[in-house]
Order: sequence, then structure tokens, then C-alpha cells
Amino acid sequence: MYHKTTGYRVFNVFNTIFLIFLAVLCIIPLVHVLAVSFSSKAAADANLVSLWPVGFSLEAYKKTAANPLFLHSLWVSVMRTVVGTAITLLITFLAAYALSKENSVFKGRNVYSWIFVFSMIFNGGLVPFYIVIQKIGLINSFWVLVLPGAVNTFLVILMLNFFRGIPKELEEAALIDGAGHFRTLFRIFLPISLPSIATVALFSMVFHWNSWFDGLLYLNNAKDFPLATFLQTVIIQQDMSSMSVNPKEMELISQTTVKAAQIFIGSAPILIVYPFLQKYFVKGMTVGSVKG
Amino acid sequence: MKTLKKTWPFHVMLLPAMIFLIIFSYIPMGGIVMAFQDYKPWLGISGSEWVGLDNFRYLFEREDSVQVIWNTLFIAVLKLIFNLVVPFVFAILLNEIRKTALQRGIQTLVYLPHFLSWVILGGILIDLLATGGLVNRVLGVFGLGPYFFLGDNDWFRFTVIVSDIWKEFGYSTIIFLAALAGIDPSQYEAAEIDGATRLKQTLHITVPSLIPILMVVGTLALGNVLNAGFDQIFNLYNPLVYEKGDIIDTFVYRTAILNGEMGFGTAIGLFKSVISMILILISYRLAYKWAGYRIF
Repeated sequence: MYHKTTGYRVFNVFNTIFLIFLAVLCIIPLVHVLAVSFSSKAAADANLVSLWPVGFSLEAYKKTAANPLFLHSLWVSVMRTVVGTAITLLITFLAAYALSKENSVFKGRNVYSWIFVFSMIFNGGLVPFYIVIQKIGLINSFWVLVLPGAVNTFLVILMLNFFRGIPKELEEAALIDGAGHFRTLFRIFLPISLPSIATVALFSMVFHWNSWFDGLLYLNNAKDFPLATFLQTVIIQQDMSSMSVNPKEMELISQTTVKAAQIFIGSAPILIVYPFLQKYFVKGMTVGSVKG
Repeated sequence: MKTLKKTWPFHVMLLPAMIFLIIFSYIPMGGIVMAFQDYKPWLGISGSEWVGLDNFRYLFEREDSVQVIWNTLFIAVLKLIFNLVVPFVFAILLNEIRKTALQRGIQTLVYLPHFLSWVILGGILIDLLATGGLVNRVLGVFGLGPYFFLGDNDWFRFTVIVSDIWKEFGYSTIIFLAALAGIDPSQYEAAEIDGATRLKQTLHITVPSLIPILMVVGTLALGNVLNAGFDQIFNLYNPLVYEKGDIIDTFVYRTAILNGEMGFGTAIGLFKSVISMILILISYRLAYKWAGYRIF
């Protein structure tokens, strides 16, 4: 037995230590941010904080909570995530059901498949897209955050593969009993599809919560920004010109500890849904990318 | 007519998705004609002057755009290679850990960065990699640095590639772990009886079993040869590192959206889209031929 040899035991010890080290490396940055956000301004500015708060203080969170721009962007993010995910779910659910049918049952299925696939492998690029958004009047509108990304071919494929795994007899029985496809879909498929619906919903929620470029590109007014875009402007670009803030409010935003608090609040929802996410995404990823 | 009577619910179900795809994918594709125009927003597509292939000629004559294409290739290809090799090795090493709880724990931590956006991670990295940041302080203990990871042309690409591996290696491991779980245990038992060491088992059973999936993942990644990672670069770069760090997507954003060179920006975008599409089609073809992979 190789498990018992000295060589393997030595390897096992080093291997375990090495992998734990890598795993810790993946969350240290987040721990550092958390530590900075709970530290005093002086300690943070003097670069004294590493992984534990120095001069514990809630000041940064108080200041963040007192900033109306931050709070409003949080609200916009929640709205886009809820509305966007709802729209994506409905569209994906309907499309995936139709596409999961055999070619013999659904003539024309191939044409639709190609329309989906081609949209995935070719695109017009940033400029034509921007002009279309402009022409249909979505600039500076909340809906620009929700509508353009509503159809995601990857998610459609994910759900389609799930539907393919449902026994055919179930659908046949329903159809023989006189139920139409819509009734079959919502009465029979919906209740047993909850795991795949959860998977699609979680992917869509993460996508919406993390999206920042659309806000930067199509919204000119900082008051309309979702949180990710707000953070991008404040923390990365450090450009507060679009926010028309006075020096006192500036301090509310740009101080090191406040930045850390904002970063942490920005990632908190992902951390909260992460355990649920982990339950589903492994299946989602393996189904979506490789089939035998 | 008879088939339509039976299939109309399917067409209705696909209608919403089709409307969205037409508006947000197919109509913008029509906009690629701007690549052959000196596009002026106030003249529109119908009124702007046609300039043939001038924008494309310009693309290969301008020093900055040639540099940008080269940067994109350099960063994307290195990311592609390391994002295959690192997860591959990591999966094999992780598979050696027999304590399920520990294995799960490690997985939970390494998957996490994948789900955080580059805005969040960029904000964290800018702070961590600053000259007085945590990384330089740790290196200082060993008498190294300080290094300008994000402000120095020589360091920037390195930082971008390493931080991308850091973010994605865990998540990319999933596919290999799934394949590892599918290896027939009797192969190992037979090797055991023959007295093969674990290293020999790994080299002669584990690695060959993972090669097909490695090929599929690798070929499918080909389509990303011109995707160097807009979100990451945009959130980490600054004018000091444009020379080595600017990529096609960030360049398009600055020239077209910020400087208003719309026709030129469309041309670069089209150049990228066409090459990517060709690569994707080739890679799908190869993946299907080698491993029977199909997306639908």
C-alpha cells in the first residue's frame, strides 16, 4: 500500500501544508480589507494594519451609512439584481423548454439554436452596441442595466440540459391528459426544476451584482449608478467629478478605512449567497461545459 | 400548416428571447458597417462618409494599435497556458488529500475569488500592492522591494497574469476534479498489486485519464486568444503602464468612447470579433473531432 510508505507520508504532509497555504492565499486579501475597515483612520493611514484591526473603530461604517450616494447606489444594485434576475429566469425557462425538444418534435429548433449560438460566437463590438443603446433611448435609464443582458445563452444551455434529464414519460403523460405545452411547463416541469432554476438565478444574481461597466458607459449621472459602478468610480478611478461633492463629503468617500468598508459591503452579498452558490455551481459548470 | 399547429407553443416560448437577441445582438452586428466609414454621430450611418478599408490600414500603421494587439496576445496567451496548467496540477494534488472535510474546506476557499468582481478585487489589489501595502511590507521583511507592481511597465503584465491565475485557478479546477472522480478505481488497484508507487500511478493512470479533458478545455479556450480580460486591466491599469498593459478592449473604449473615433473603434472591434469567431469555430470543430464535445 502506497499510503504506508515513508516517501508518500512525507509528500502528504508537504502537500497538505502547501494546499492549505494556497487556500489561505485566496482569502487573505478579503481578511485584510475587513481588518482595515474596522481600524482607526490613523492606523490605516500609517499602514499598520495587516490581518487584524488596529485601534478598533466603527467610524468607517458610520460614515459609509451616512453617505446618501452610497446608499442610493446600494438600492439601485438591489433593484437591478431582483428585476434583472426575474426577467432572465422567465426568458431562460421558456426558451430552454422549447429548445430541449427533439428536432423531430419541434421542426425549426435548429434554426433557433443557431440564432443563439451565433450570438455567442460573434458580436458587433462595443461601438455599434453603444449606438443601438443610444438610439433606443436607454442612455441614463435604469432599464439599460437590466435589458441588454437579459438573454444569456450559457444559462439557456444550462437549463436545457437539465430539462433533457427529465424522463420523457412525465411530459407524454401530461400531453395525453390534454395539457398543452404551457401547462406542462408550468405545472409539471416548474416544481421539479427548482434546483436548476436556483442555479440560473444564482448565476444571474452574481452577474448583476458584479456588473459595473454598463453603469459607467450608459449612465452619466452618479445618482443613477449601481453599487459596483459607484465603487469603480470612487475606489479605482478616484474620480469624484461626476458626483459634484464638496470637500467634506469627499472625506466621507475617499478615506482608506471608508474605502475598505465600502469594498467589504460591496462583496458581502456574494459572500452571503456563496454557500448556496457552491452547492449548485459545480453541477452547473460540469453540465454546461462537458458532456460525454 | 399541420406542424405549425403542433409547434406554435414552442415559437411563442422562444419569442421573448428572440426579441432580445435581435435588438441586443443582431442589430448591433449590422452596425459593423461603421468600420468602413468615417463615422460622425451627427451624420449617422446613412450620412457618414465611406472610406473603404482606411480604418483597417490605419489600425496596422498606428504604432499604438499594433502595440496593443501585441500586448493583448501576450497577456491572453500566457493566461491561457497558466490557467490550464495550474488547475490541472492543483486538481491532482488536491485529489491526494483523503480527508474529505479538509478537501471540501480548501475547495470552498479557492473557488471564492472567482465570484468577486474585478472592481472589488482591483480595489483590494491596488491597496495591497501599493509601495506601502501589505505585499511590499512582507517582501520588505526579506529585504526585497519595494516594487511598483501596478506602476511599472515591467511588473504590470506579471501582476496581471499572476492575479488572474489567483482569481481563477480554483474555479477552473472543478472540471478536472469531476474527471478525476470518474476514473475507474480498479485501475489503481491493479497497479497497486503490481507494486507501482503513487507517483507512477499518477503518471501512468491519472495524467493520461485527464488528457482528453485537458485537450477539450484547452481548445475551447482558443477563442479567448484576443480576450486579455477587459474588466481586470481596466480596473488595474493607469497611464504609466499603457505601453505594456493596454489591450484591444481598453484601447477601443478610450479611442472610440472617450475620444470619439467611432469608425476606427468599430474597425478594431470587428478585427477582434472576426478573428475570435474563426478561432472559436476551429476549436469547436477540433473539440468535437477529438472528444465528441457539443454545446447543444
